[in-house]
Amino acid sequence: MADRVLTEDDIDLDALRTGDKEAFARLVELYADRLYNLALKIVGDPFEAEDVLQEAFISAYKAIESFEGRSQLGTWLYRITYNAAMMRLRKKRPDTVSIDRPVRLDSGDLVPRQFFDWCCLPERDLMSAEAHAYMEEAIQQLPDTLRPVFVLRDIEGLSTAETAEVLDISESAVKSRLHRARLFLRERLSEYFQNWARERA
Amino acid sequence: MAEHTHDHNHESCRALLESLSLYIDGEAEEALCREIEQHMADCENCRIVINTLDKTVRLYREYGHSRLPGEARERLYAALDLSEYLPE
Repeated sequence: MADRVLTEDDIDLDALRTGDKEAFARLVELYADRLYNLALKIVGDPFEAEDVLQEAFISAYKAIESFEGRSQLGTWLYRITYNAAMMRLRKKRPDTVSIDRPVRLDSGDLVPRQFFDWCCLPERDLMSAEAHAYMEEAIQQLPDTLRPVFVLRDIEGLSTAETAEVLDISESAVKSRLHRARLFLRERLSEYFQNWARERA
Repeated sequence: MAEHTHDHNHESCRALLESLSLYIDGEAEEALCREIEQHMADCENCRIVINTLDKTVRLYREYGHSRLPGEARERLYAALDLSEYLPE
């Protein structure tokens, strides 16, 4: 099992439904990193993300009998994790988090302000540990409505349709939120790399 | 350079802004691609926005993934009563 990378084909749904532990262990091995990444990006704290991940797998284990295979297993697990993470956020900040809340970045906020051209600076110079930490912080600054869309589409690599299914929003909402998130992060990264280049000049 | 000599039309920059994600994802239709590329040829700021937007997405794709730390993985497997299956 450790010798190669597992794929969805290694998951035996029938065995899972009968509560087979080894089948469940394969599921955990296949999805733990991906679901942890989503949980961490949403809640912003490694220990809370760990709790969310545990809750999500326990919920999945209990609900696997009712998994009808209409959606992909991965999409179903992301959805359980997303819901657990949002629940956690709501507990933490009861007044500020609502899935229905309108996106705060209005069109005025989307207009680019940073025009420093850092796209062709060498990547090995760009990607310091500090830059990496800054990128993580920038994700945390995204509104709660945009953050999960960006993580699922651009980091986890889900399609627009899969992301829409996980988050229970329309595909056009996925596209517009993704675009807003990207523009926001581009501004933040441009600020950072401009300062970085100035310091080196 | 170009941006000093041509009449920088901010209306057209704004009009194209909404389509830039489609463009960098390769999902924009041909006519729109042509329009964006023609605009980029004359507008340095938009060229920078498109290139750095694309780079932003690439950096997150490559470096944005956080892996579950080893100790947290052990705790997860223990909580799920799966310790015997913990990958080496």
